[in-house]
Amino acid sequence: MSLLVVCDHDRGSLSEASLEALTFARPLAAAVGLELAAVVIGEGAEAAALDLGAHGAEIVHVASHPVLTDFGPEAWGETVVQLVHSIGVTAVVACGTDRGNEVVAQVAARLDQPFVANCLSVDPIGDGSGNWTMTRVQWGGSLLEDTTLTAGVRLVTVAHHAVEAEVADEPAAGILSAFSPNLDGSLARTVVTDRVVLTKGITLSTAPVVVGGGRGVGSAEAFAPLEELAAELGGVVGCSRAVTNNGWRPHSDQVGQTGTRIAPEIYIASGISGAIQHWVGAMAAKNILAINTDQEANMVTRAGHAVIGDLHQVIPAITEEVRRRRG
Amino acid sequence: MRILVCVKRVPAPGARINVTVDGQAVDAAHLGFTTSPHEECAVEEAVRLTEIHGGQVTVMTLGPTEAEEQLRYAASVGAHHFVLIPIDEVDWDPQRTAAALSEAIAEVEITDGAFDLILFGNESADAGGFQVGVRVANRLDRPVVNGIKGIEVGGDASTDLSTGVVSARREIDGGFEVYELPMPAVLGVKEGLNLPRYPTMKGRLASKKAVIATDQRTADVGGQERVRLHRPVEQISETVILGTGADAAPAVVDLLEELGVLS
Ligand SMILES: Cc1cc2nc3c(=O)[nH]c(=O)nc-3n(C[C@H](O)[C@H](O)[C@H](O)COP(=O)(O)OP(=O)(O)OC[C@H]3O[C@@H](n4cnc5c(N)ncnc54)[C@H](O)[C@@H]3O)c2cc1C
Ligand SMILES: Nc1ncnc2c1ncn2[C@@H]1O[C@H](COP(=O)(O)O)[C@@H](O)[C@H]1O
Repeated sequence: MSLLVVCDHDRGSLSEASLEALTFARPLAAAVGLELAAVVIGEGAEAAALDLGAHGAEIVHVASHPVLTDFGPEAWGETVVQLVHSIGVTAVVACGTDRGNEVVAQVAARLDQPFVANCLSVDPIGDGSGNWTMTRVQWGGSLLEDTTLTAGVRLVTVAHHAVEAEVADEPAAGILSAFSPNLDGSLARTVVTDRVVLTKGITLSTAPVVVGGGRGVGSAEAFAPLEELAAELGGVVGCSRAVTNNGWRPHSDQVGQTGTRIAPEIYIASGISGAIQHWVGAMAAKNILAINTDQEANMVTRAGHAVIGDLHQVIPAITEEVRRRRG
Repeated sequence: MRILVCVKRVPAPGARINVTVDGQAVDAAHLGFTTSPHEECAVEEAVRLTEIHGGQVTVMTLGPTEAEEQLRYAASVGAHHFVLIPIDEVDWDPQRTAAALSEAIAEVEITDGAFDLILFGNESADAGGFQVGVRVANRLDRPVVNGIKGIEVGGDASTDLSTGVVSARREIDGGFEVYELPMPAVLGVKEGLNLPRYPTMKGRLASKKAVIATDQRTADVGGQERVRLHRPVEQISETVILGTGADAAPAVVDLLEELGVLS
């Protein structure tokens, strides 16, 4: 019997998230006595399969079919379901990315089995029941939930970035095995038909510096000094939901549970109160500097550093000081 | 065009989320309630699509009877019909929720005709199970894609939309993917899809008069069972106050230098 890890790749290049899932699944498979298997799906899958032995996969199923061209959640889900039946799988693990959660949800719906998304840890209960207990994230990470899972086929995803991808102490065989699912042509109805690449410079999720503004900024125009400081520091502007709701900035600038997760060297959060839904998007920043008129604001009490005052005075003063020192 | 949107009532916590003593729920004693941002955008999109193509928007929720508040809010921003599936528990697991929603949807469709489009949030704000929409689509045998941030339906009010195609965009690293789904279809959407409108005075009046249909459902519990909720351990650090007002600028720039972001 196998524990199957669904590995995502983008046209042949394996995602780091897949290796996180394998790293997470390795001790779990050992604990429950299952063989660790992996599956890669679609065009380019073979290229993506090569690294997986080093990460612990005994066998790598390479699924191909005319419908499996680019990513398609239904076709991918159906492929995993057929593999589950054909090789005998009692557990499926993937990484909790958008794609990972979607594919496993498809598997769950098709098998009518429970699916526990975004786990931080999974522990088999040692009572012979075969049931598992796990801790998973809710509210985008602001809250944790302990749950039990009772299922014929256990379906879980591991929260993205919860573990760091590591190669196995001893590489596994990683034997490639071709798999041809029997797919109905109608599943092509949810396969990607087109892809548009937008070339951007630094993005919010990768910027080394983020200058954030909240309701305290007051208007779309008043973001200009924040833009200036961000440009001066090689960073980008971020914002709170109060700002996007007012139409002052596009949603792509929003930091938080329903926005972007940032992880800069420093996050300068000005005029932001620090609601939990904003905080979960910002807490991976290595340093946080809050600028707020209210010393009691959550952003201030949670930040490593703070300036108490009006952002409309503080931000331009910082920009000016940076320029002065640079000469 | 007939569109259904599924929304969930969730507490609106502020600075932190507190849990009830028994660990079974968010302590909402001093909190307001809201609809997740993803689902607010779903309602807005549905209303916009019917403004363009004609038709009606139905909003459905499974939750406590108080979830009527979220349905009335949807009425205030332009939705037309409302279904509440009342439950006694704090929440239902995803399998159970999906089973009840699917049956309720099927029943509406028997009397009023199929929905061209059913919209879900990408994930619920509280439970974040990432699955109810996919399960419902599967039960109703319809195509579904999650993570959608752009929707386009071809044709106008006179087109037979039941044979039409909905084009949906999904963000990926450095761009977006396009899907073309035959209708009837299901989509899971994300905030950023649109900028939801605020209720107008007229909308608020309409919401008071909105008729809420109650649909009592039972469904079997699924295999995922809550043991308890708890808060993650937070690293509490003292905040270093660098100063007050513009005078703090030199101390801030010292910090930036120290962190090496000034190079
Ligand atoms: C399910 C859900 C998901 C959500 N997702 C997100 C999300 O992804 N991202 C997000 O940001 N929010 C999110 N929210 C909303 C969140 O709860 C808050 O409403 C929002 O973050 C508040 O934004 P804010 O801090 O800018 O505004 P406010 O809370 O109004 O705070 C404004 C702050 O500015 C300060 N201030 C005012 N004037 C000045 C000045 N001149 N100089 C300096 N400081 C000043 C004030 O003291 C105050 O602290 C979500 C909510 C829900 C329910
Ligand atoms: N109790 C509910 N009532 C109505 N819709 C729901 C409910 N729970 C979940 N949904 C819908 O399903 C989506 C995904 O939920 P989840 O699987 O919990 O992440 C949500 O964004 C809602 O659109």
